[in-house]
Amino acid sequence: MVVAAPLFRLEAVRYKTILDISRLQLGAVQVTALLGPSGSGKTTLLKLLNRLLSPDSGGVTYKEQDLSAYDPVELRRRVVMLGQTAVMFPGTVRDNLVVGLRFHGRSAPDDNELNGRLAAMGLNLELDRLPESLSGGECARLALARALLLEPEVLLLDEPTSSLDKATAHRVVKHAVEGAAQQATKVIMVTHSETIATEHAQTIVRLRDGCVQDGSS
Amino acid sequence: MNGIVEIEVIRLLAAYLLALGVLFLARKTGALSEILVALLRMSIQLVLVGFLLEHLLERPNLALTLLVFLVMEAFAVHNIFRRVPLPTPPGLKRVIIASMVIGTVGSVGFFLVVIVGVEPWYTPRYFIPLGGMLIGNSMTGISLGFERLSVGIRDNSTKIEGALMLGASVHDAAHDYAVLAFRAAIMPTVNAMMGMGVVFLPGMMTGQILSGSSPVTAIRYQIAIMLGIFAAVALTVYLMTEFGYRCYFNHAAQLQVPAKESRPSKAPKLHARRE
Repeated sequence: MVVAAPLFRLEAVRYKTILDISRLQLGAVQVTALLGPSGSGKTTLLKLLNRLLSPDSGGVTYKEQDLSAYDPVELRRRVVMLGQTAVMFPGTVRDNLVVGLRFHGRSAPDDNELNGRLAAMGLNLELDRLPESLSGGECARLALARALLLEPEVLLLDEPTSSLDKATAHRVVKHAVEGAAQQATKVIMVTHSETIATEHAQTIVRLRDGCVQDGSS
Repeated sequence: MNGIVEIEVIRLLAAYLLALGVLFLARKTGALSEILVALLRMSIQLVLVGFLLEHLLERPNLALTLLVFLVMEAFAVHNIFRRVPLPTPPGLKRVIIASMVIGTVGSVGFFLVVIVGVEPWYTPRYFIPLGGMLIGNSMTGISLGFERLSVGIRDNSTKIEGALMLGASVHDAAHDYAVLAFRAAIMPTVNAMMGMGVVFLPGMMTGQILSGSSPVTAIRYQIAIMLGIFAAVALTVYLMTEFGYRCYFNHAAQLQVPAKESRPSKAPKLHARRE
């Protein structure tokens, strides 16, 4: 297992009554899993990492620099997050796949590349198809392919498989983790599933009632 | 026939009788008290403004004319805040006030100086009724635009946050909802222009014809005032939506949707168009 310097450091972080973390380091390994019951603060913690939320007190650093020193939009382009719901934007599968690149002001690759990205997620979809006809699993994988296409430094995944059955969930996480590893994108993943966490993550951080129980990478 | 047929007080009371007769029919709709209040307010406000206008038209006075305009602006802004029950993010109220003032002052000024070319520019006979029409229509537009913007952002907060998570700027994540709100808010003005002269004769034109102006003059004024109304509504709503949607985000580009109000709120009412 390759262990590098942690990307994120949290010191004395409090957020409302949801999170109270005295010290935590994340992102030293390829895949970190945040495990814990509902309401334990997992999603809030992820949102703090790409500044969708700001802590009430304490500090969060990324690559040894306080998050407030980064332009929030630029930070989110390096630390991309995928929420629990696979959001579909207006337009076709192609539009949805490249919308992130459009947000970043980057040009879209050709259809061959896009089809390859879909195939890497185990998807075989017409690029001109409308996403309304896709299943929950297909939407989740399309959203993952979209996030990986951005080739971020870190990918924050908030239970991307929560709406999927067990077998599909394992397949989707496997595709995501392998795709991220190929492009040296580190993954910090929230999950309910002990199996998914132990199977794919090198480090598991357990949260309960907003506090870290154990495991700091 | 030249000149206008005066409506005597007794005949005016007959108009109230007509309204009260209709009210009797509508007594079980639950809107009775609201209609009564509206009738009463309309009567008192118009009588007061009638006396004020009479005084102003006889003795044109810049300070008093501007004061009347200011009161109209303040009343319009108060009405917008009162009639839109949705909670507002910090800064949006300031945007609404600035949009109303800039949009209406700009349009009224252009209308009086460039289109009508009246001397002095503050001649109350033109300034006050034209200002009132432009402010009233802008108020309707802003109320509608504000409601659509709030609902659009609230209902699409997951999508907006999803875009932010991917690294979208505030503009890329939410500007579409400002555009939709703008379109919805100017639609009544656009529809009014579509039906004008065919579906209905507008109030200002009817008034001028009744008071003895030639229909051609009345039409010229009506076209000019409709363009003025369109410009005022479009400008105020454009400013409000373009700057307003940004108020839903803080300095860290985080979406800040205010919590829904716990107190019961009145539904937004439709404002009567005044031309």
